[in-house]
Amino acid sequence: MISRVHKVLFLIMLLACVVMAAFLIRLRNRAQDRLHAEATMAPAEITEGSPSAPRSVMLYIPNDLDGSMTSVQRSIALPADDNAQARVLLDNLIAAFHAAGSTHPMSVETGVNEVYFLPLPKARGEQASSGRIAVVDLSGALAAAQPSGIEPETLTLLAMMATLHANMPSIAEVHFLVDGQPRQTLAGHADLTRTYLASEASPEANPTSRPGQAAEVTP
Amino acid sequence: MRWTEAVVLGLAVWGSVLAQSAPQTQPAQQASPVPSGQANTGQFVVVIDAAHGGTDAGAGLGNGLAEKNVTLALSVRLRSTLQARGVNVVTTREADATLPALNRAEAANHAQAAVCLVLHATATGSGVHLYTAALAPAAQTHPLSWPTAQAGYVTQSVKLESEIDSAMAHAQIPVTLGRASVQPMDNLACPAVAVEMAPLVAGHITGGKGISDTGYQETVVNALAAAVESWRSDWKQP
Repeated sequence: MISRVHKVLFLIMLLACVVMAAFLIRLRNRAQDRLHAEATMAPAEITEGSPSAPRSVMLYIPNDLDGSMTSVQRSIALPADDNAQARVLLDNLIAAFHAAGSTHPMSVETGVNEVYFLPLPKARGEQASSGRIAVVDLSGALAAAQPSGIEPETLTLLAMMATLHANMPSIAEVHFLVDGQPRQTLAGHADLTRTYLASEASPEANPTSRPGQAAEVTP
Repeated sequence: MRWTEAVVLGLAVWGSVLAQSAPQTQPAQQASPVPSGQANTGQFVVVIDAAHGGTDAGAGLGNGLAEKNVTLALSVRLRSTLQARGVNVVTTREADATLPALNRAEAANHAQAAVCLVLHATATGSGVHLYTAALAPAAQTHPLSWPTAQAGYVTQSVKLESEIDSAMAHAQIPVTLGRASVQPMDNLACPAVAVEMAPLVAGHITGGKGISDTGYQETVVNALAAAVESWRSDWKQP
């Protein structure tokens, strides 16, 4: 036989359970509303870095046979964000290396993890720094696919620097990492311990050959 | 013989056996005629650096051929050719030994060379690629600034590169000229050129030749020797 006290206690506990369940359901609904409100605001931030209308850019494609560099004009949709823009430029360049009939063949289609920017250290007496250093983080897959040799490795680096400098003139110097780490060489030859001057990569400043000279081509 | 003399003799024999069996990781310097420990006293000396070696195989050149072996073969052949022409030669390695870039530069700078040739090989491109250091020309410094030692010799290195280019043109070998950052070029205190041999792609004048073709290697070596001889004729003792 259940005593009267037990019956009252049971009813009080049952009532407490119902109240707590109602309270939790109400909290859950509030959290859902808040998340939904945040989600509807997010796309406005994303569109800042999303690709805009296609823009004419210059890619520098090397030729392994004579060491020359050919500038090729392409129409590419570039993001507004500088880091993403540099990455898209380099990925398009590497895709051109990978394309059939390439004069600087490479077996990977992409190979840039990220591009970071740093301000150049101010010269003595200078108010503001005159350019930026681009730190290009290459993927280990690209380094593994890079044909080994002074010429092929140097041409890969020069093509990247020339492409960055031509489309983003504020880049004055370029430093390379592989998978986020400093590395001695790209594939056994080209020195990655130093920071390169982007102007070194201009076709006028670099490889000349006999026979064959750098040419400008607009397909 | 007393027992103390026997012990001393035994230790001496054991020591010499250990010294002979030590691995070849030290600079295998073929020092003729600049023996180790002595500085060059105004002689015309050519330093030949066969790139890579030992655990560093360099580029794979196809058919199991490693760059380190091709550079060594070229180095030995060039050394013999130059010595036959009365040129003093120092090589950084004469065997398949691991040799850090620092030791290579040390050997070359110690020899006070009139010419430094850094030999490489690649499966990419055609003919011979000639590279000088990417440093901006600067005045020579005393004492030597090790990281930029080559800066004081860049102008001479470009002239030497031009000399080799002419010799290669005479031998009908296509040449690519350029500037590159490759160790130990920046540390060399001598007119220095990196010579990278690539296969010869068939063209209007030349037939196709692989990098292991001994006839092709000999043509390249003879052109290099001719360029060195031409450089020697204009060389002035410092």
